[in-house]
Amino acid sequence: MFWQKNIETLPREQLEKLQLLRLKATVKRVYAKVPYYKKLFRAKKTAPKEIKTLEDITKLPFTTRDDLQKNYPDGLLSVTKDKLVRLHTSSGTTGKPKAVFFTEKDIATAANNMARCLTMTGVTKSDVLQNMMSYGLFTGGLMMHYGAEKIGALVIPAAIGNTDRQLLLMQDFGTTSIHLTPSYALYLAAIFEKKGRAFRKKLKLKRAYMGAEPYTEETKNKIESILKLKVYNSYGLTEMNGPGVAFECGFQAGMHLWEDSYLMEIVDPKTDRPLPDGQTGELILTTLTREGMPIIRYRTRDLTAIIPEKCKCGRTHRRIMRIKGRADDMFILRGVNIYPQQIERVLMSVAHVEKNYQIYLEDNDKMTVKVEITKKLFDGNLEHLKKLQFDLTEKLRAEIMVRPSVELVEPGTLPVSEGKAKRVFDNRKIY
Amino acid sequence: MPILKQLSVFVQNQPGKIERVTSVLAENNINILAFNIASSGEYGVIKIITDKPELAYKKYKEAGLTAYLSEVLGIVMQDKPGGLHSVAQLIAKNSLNVENAYVYVPKSRKKAMLIIDVRDLKAARKNIAFDKKLKSE
Repeated sequence: MFWQKNIETLPREQLEKLQLLRLKATVKRVYAKVPYYKKLFRAKKTAPKEIKTLEDITKLPFTTRDDLQKNYPDGLLSVTKDKLVRLHTSSGTTGKPKAVFFTEKDIATAANNMARCLTMTGVTKSDVLQNMMSYGLFTGGLMMHYGAEKIGALVIPAAIGNTDRQLLLMQDFGTTSIHLTPSYALYLAAIFEKKGRAFRKKLKLKRAYMGAEPYTEETKNKIESILKLKVYNSYGLTEMNGPGVAFECGFQAGMHLWEDSYLMEIVDPKTDRPLPDGQTGELILTTLTREGMPIIRYRTRDLTAIIPEKCKCGRTHRRIMRIKGRADDMFILRGVNIYPQQIERVLMSVAHVEKNYQIYLEDNDKMTVKVEITKKLFDGNLEHLKKLQFDLTEKLRAEIMVRPSVELVEPGTLPVSEGKAKRVFDNRKIY
Repeated sequence: MPILKQLSVFVQNQPGKIERVTSVLAENNINILAFNIASSGEYGVIKIITDKPELAYKKYKEAGLTAYLSEVLGIVMQDKPGGLHSVAQLIAKNSLNVENAYVYVPKSRKKAMLIIDVRDLKAARKNIAFDKKLKSE
């Protein structure tokens, strides 16, 4: 099923022509209207007129997470503020978030892309979508909501939590599709197992969309077999409108990325050189239709590969493989993006805590930060150590909004790796 | 009233950790006179009085352990019923804030010593000495 068959199956040649046209317009727009981009372009000794083919994109500068944070709150706008209708921020922490603004047209485009995604997995206006994602600054809730409404499906804005009510809504309103985080899906799976087959038989569930956190193929399989529905992989990020950037079709062999809205590249994260289709590298995205806040060559830090072969579904928009990991060491805990540097900043803000720390992640959203007790931190007093442990826990909680357990360890117990120190040890089985 | 040198060593509460602390002393022929462990679950602080505190401190540093050398007060107790009690009375009377205390019995075994960790060591020493003197007179 197609939402916009003509565009979704547009011959490559025409699709690329459209991309070039939109790329040129986007580049011109940011150069003229966003001083920060003009500066970046000039530093790279490039200008809009250099863009003659799609391949010329490599002449343009990258935009990084740092660039977005440096320009917080509204440094990258290319329209006047009265044109804006929505603000979202990256799923986040109390550090400077990444703010993304939308015009009315930007929201419409994002919702339209979402509608394409849902339609290709079989959603029609007779479906009932229970949106079990948090609404608010986070894009996941609202963008899915808008996409499903656009199709004409009935949307239940249940948001996250209150499982009894979620189950009641599913049962009473005949929910066919659910949108939730993988950790909540696993929780639901445990409840379904307890309630038994008779309960499942009362429900009309057909499909689930899982987002906001990465998950393994094993987790997906487990959820499919217990909830007895299909799970469709999806990809999105707040900087690029949230969910609906790329999505699996009915054939479930990679995620179609909407190439009329985004220009994708894969580069080697170390050398920044472009990689050919099929090779794994960092996904770089340029917005092609965004008005409010266009972004050029955004470094997603997500690792994937482009699948160049044509999909059996007939869509010409190329697919990407499921995300294989991160080019940096960001991790996600309870839907919150956390960077080790944030942890480091907090540790460094406490006198004499040195750089030797490690972060351990375990199932059930458990996070442990191990800190070495060096000579400077130690005066022989146990109470002082307890206070240090308490202070660190509280400061970390304030920064990342998740309460970690802080462990004090002897110096030298944290293994020192050659070269770049490994900070994050993710032992979670569900991801 | 003697001022003694006390070593504090940070240890994680894991099998083999105490052994690591004592082995440094054994290998260097350092005698332990008193030993005390204060634990907070996952980690703790071991307090040790040795016959060669400076050497012990140096050896701990070399072994990569986190150690701290400080001075503590040793109060001689009468080795008879009520011996500790009278010292405790002294401490209370002088409103000393004792952070840590444990007993050390010197080789002679005639007298035991209560080792106390106080913030203002010198003042504590002066007050207690004065008190004791009054008592003995």
